Amino acid sequence: MVKLISIAAASFAFMATTALAGGHCAADKTLTEGKFTIATGNPAYYPWVMDDAPESGQGFEAAVAYAVANEMGFVAADVVWVRSSFDEAIQPGVKNFDVNMQQYSITAERDQVVDFSVPYYTAPMAVLVGAGATDTAATLEALKGLKWGAVGSTTAVQKIANTVKPTNDPLLYGDNADVNAAISANQIDAAMFDLPTALFLSAVMIEGSKVIGQFPSAESDNADQFGMLMEEGNSLKACVDEALTTITENGVLASIEAKWLQNTTGVPLIK
Amino acid sequence: MPKLKLNNVVKRFGENTVCSGVNLVVDQGQMVCLIGASGAGKSTLLRCINLLEPIEDGEIFIDGEDISIPGRNPQDVRARIGMVFQNFNLFPHMTALENAMLAPRRVRKLSKSQLQPEIENLFERFELADRMHNYPDQLSGGQQQRVAIVRALAMKPEVMLFDEITSALDPQLVGEVLDVLLQLKSQGMTMVLATHEMQFARQAADKVCFLKNGKIIEEGPPDQIFEAPKQVETQNFLARALK
Amino acid sequence: MNNTKAAGQTRREKYEQHQRRRSMLIAATSTVLVLAALMIFVPMAPGWEKVQKSFFNAAVLTKTFPKLLDAFLVNVMIFVWSAPAIAILGLFIALARNAKSPALFPLRIFGATFTDVFRGVPVILTVYLIGFGIPGLGLPRPWNSPFIWGSLALVLTYSAYVAEIFRSGIDSVHPSQRSAALSLGLTELQVLRDVVLPQAIRNVVPSQMNMLIALQKDVSLLSFIGPVEIFRQAGVFKSLFANFTPYVGAAIIFLIVTIPATRYADYLMARQMRERR
Repeated sequence: MVKLISIAAASFAFMATTALAGGHCAADKTLTEGKFTIATGNPAYYPWVMDDAPESGQGFEAAVAYAVANEMGFVAADVVWVRSSFDEAIQPGVKNFDVNMQQYSITAERDQVVDFSVPYYTAPMAVLVGAGATDTAATLEALKGLKWGAVGSTTAVQKIANTVKPTNDPLLYGDNADVNAAISANQIDAAMFDLPTALFLSAVMIEGSKVIGQFPSAESDNADQFGMLMEEGNSLKACVDEALTTITENGVLASIEAKWLQNTTGVPLIK
Repeated sequence: MPKLKLNNVVKRFGENTVCSGVNLVVDQGQMVCLIGASGAGKSTLLRCINLLEPIEDGEIFIDGEDISIPGRNPQDVRARIGMVFQNFNLFPHMTALENAMLAPRRVRKLSKSQLQPEIENLFERFELADRMHNYPDQLSGGQQQRVAIVRALAMKPEVMLFDEITSALDPQLVGEVLDVLLQLKSQGMTMVLATHEMQFARQAADKVCFLKNGKIIEEGPPDQIFEAPKQVETQNFLARALK
Repeated sequence: MNNTKAAGQTRREKYEQHQRRRSMLIAATSTVLVLAALMIFVPMAPGWEKVQKSFFNAAVLTKTFPKLLDAFLVNVMIFVWSAPAIAILGLFIALARNAKSPALFPLRIFGATFTDVFRGVPVILTVYLIGFGIPGLGLPRPWNSPFIWGSLALVLTYSAYVAEIFRSGIDSVHPSQRSAALSLGLTELQVLRDVVLPQAIRNVVPSQMNMLIALQKDVSLLSFIGPVEIFRQAGVFKSLFANFTPYVGAAIIFLIVTIPATRYADYLMARQMRERR
């Protein structure tokens, strides 16, 4: 509670500072003048957005969104939420949002088609195993022998292929729910997700499953970093980056992460 | 004992009575011609004899044995009675030879090589030896019908039924098929024909039966039926048919 | 009279040649015009460069195409074992639905229910339900493999369609063929096997070819339950390169297979039409 109040107070203070510093850097750059349009998934999930209601500011991404908006000089009422799918967002063409937040990993290839903000979260990859494989040691050697699965459109596919190098070809799925089904049906032993997703799935979705380890997020080869996605060449990018840098440096982002993703602790590093 | 005997045979399709009490006696080696207008019941009667249609009432005897007992297995009866159809009904996916061999192989359980000499002999007898390996659609109508006759003969039947076998043929092809019938008659085959070939019936039949509305109205030797029919219906029919 | 004939051609031949040349000229001109219009106007569209970069990217295509071909082998594999199973089960269902003996009545009911259910449910639903559902009952590996149960889902669905085609083929054999075969003393079973089925199957070969082509494409639905076949592989590349060109590559591979097959089916169909006439 104390933390909440302090965040709110901090946000208020920053807003005031920005206003004093002399106007919106976002002026004339947003989709609708005076509004900040943010896209999220349909539906949006815990712990990124609580209860599929981003307007509440509850959940990691929702909270970051309002913090950034405040930093850029928008009051909460000026934030407009829209929904979009992954494919919609990376298609060429005009976007119906200023920024899109749904755990987009920043990759060089994607960056050629769309723009990303500086990262607002660095998610480590983690290993979720089904009930039959919870005893697996958190070592690469032990992980090789498992039957792997992942969502085909995520960087987890490359993580499995390049780091784990399993003996059997992995099975790939369209979304998290199908990976769940495959774990539940014992068709795969293990699945690669970013840590927050893995923890959520383990706690809520797949009975008997466990997150047995995580890869160091500092492993720079392909540590997953989430960025806000924007249309290629969006002039708003500098503004968004500035706001994110500010809340990263002043600790607001860290406290939001601690609040909504604090249970990322307790999962061992894979050796 | 007659070779084939029909006793009060009744056949109905729903409300429609097609044979209403047919009595017929065919002796060994006889050729009996059934004449009458289309729809008189000639074809149905032949199909009944071959048990392709179950009869509602009456009995059919071969050599004194009742073959029309309901529930009797029809296969061995059909194996003893050959039948040839108006539209040949050859199996289009088989050569002439394969058409003729199918039933003996399946029913008489003989191998192709066992059957080969016997069946080839039949094809030769009916001047079809050079057509044995042709498919039906490569044969003329007359040839197809002769193959159909060979196919029936391959089962070594005791009685042959012919259902208007020249009706679907071009006029110039009718002769070759009728010649086959004469040849069979000379070899002593017992035959029943449904036919519109009045001239042929008059010359070749041992007995002619005139059917109307599923009943034999009049029967007798061809001379009697064609020269001096007793019944008015027969007279009327022949007056039109022979015009 | 002589001046109406030229170079040994009759008036009619000359006229027809003229007509032929005329229609070929028109066809060629209109094709060229349409292609030219496409080539000129499509690149003029404001989004063309973006579309070209993300759908027709040569660099991405060369990088991904060999792996897409590898993945296509998975499709081929699933197709190769599913197609014969479909033919056998489809024929069995068709025969079950046509069974006349009262003892086989349950078989008839089964056949009818089978076709109703599996023709009524979208393939993807069947793939999901069987592909995840049956292994979920607790089968041990490797018997819970999505390859097995996904293929079974395809086999069940396609058998229902194939059975109906076989049935129409059986019905298309004229009853006089049955009469002729029965009159020779063959049993019902022999008539079916030796006379009816060979003709029925031959009659439906073109239609069944079309089912094979459809199956070939629907094999990709197994990607939803795990197997990394060409569609999934293209999806992985799409995400990796943020580019849709791998899908175009996959489409090209499909077309290389299906266009000749479709042409062949059309040819068979046309030949059959000619034979029936």
